Amino acid sequence: MLKELGRGLITTFKMLLESPVTIQYPEEKRPVRPRFRGRHVLKRYDNGLEKCIGCSLCAAACPADAIFVESAENTDEERYAPGERYASTYEINMLRCIFCGFCEDACPTEAIVLGANYELTFTNRRDAIYTKDSLLEAVPSPELLTPQKVEPGEYTRSIPEMEDPKL
Amino acid sequence: MGVEQKLGNMGMVTTTLEQFVNWSRTRAMWPMLFGLACCAIEMMSAQAAHYDMSRFGMELMRASPRQSDLMIVAGRVSRKMGPILRRLYDQMPEPKWVVAMGDCASCGGVFNNYAIHQGVDELVPVDVYVAGCPPRPEALIHGIVTLYEKVNGEKFTDYTDS
Repeated sequence: MLKELGRGLITTFKMLLESPVTIQYPEEKRPVRPRFRGRHVLKRYDNGLEKCIGCSLCAAACPADAIFVESAENTDEERYAPGERYASTYEINMLRCIFCGFCEDACPTEAIVLGANYELTFTNRRDAIYTKDSLLEAVPSPELLTPQKVEPGEYTRSIPEMEDPKL
Repeated sequence: MGVEQKLGNMGMVTTTLEQFVNWSRTRAMWPMLFGLACCAIEMMSAQAAHYDMSRFGMELMRASPRQSDLMIVAGRVSRKMGPILRRLYDQMPEPKWVVAMGDCASCGGVFNNYAIHQGVDELVPVDVYVAGCPPRPEALIHGIVTLYEKVNGEKFTDYTDS
């Protein structure tokens, strides 16, 4: 019996010599996996126009009904997205969202992408509703902000020419 | 407080009673075991070696509500569980806090149906909501840090009946 006890204690004492595995979280963050799904980001094209065309396919695909989209017509004086329509209201309730990524799959223009941010804590439920302002990607320079004034007939297609998906 | 600013470093710490009480509350806040669903697995993970909530004064989860200060509701609360949750909350001694961990505890999440309470704030006052389905252990710890910020801002007058 003592032999077994000793064998067990060898493991215990071996562990004593090892360095602790604890990640000191708020200071040191463990990197997320490449396919991790965190907080959403609404993407823009390089010219600053929003990729979202307000089609509500993400809202239809959402199993938790966390997304609300309202669309409006683009004009050449006030252009938000290429094509006819853009999302005038885009809201995601982060407390409803289950981060399944179906919205990402449903999006025809790859406008909505689930990012790496998982630090979503709120002290009241109203703060959990993220509006379009907080979801949209930042622009590198202020002249790329939407709405933009463009030449008539420059943007006619909602979905731009895209290359085939890579394997 | 003001004394150090006027007289310089005197080799001692001055504080207000309020700050001291809040400091001590955040250094030993024992959570109650309230794992109801898959979020409980992440809660256990947050207590285990890699994330180690003991660093935040949460040495161990108490199984008894009378020994706990914080209720982490981890999981969906069914209509049948609701009265039990309220009863356990009432048995906790003041001051007490509630963290709604995960989507289901916060607002029902994907279970928008008759069987599940649409958020535990129907039953008990919630201090911090943690989003995620389930949230990562880091997200829970982030929620607890948010709660500590809230506790550090509390005043004695918040506890008086008015």
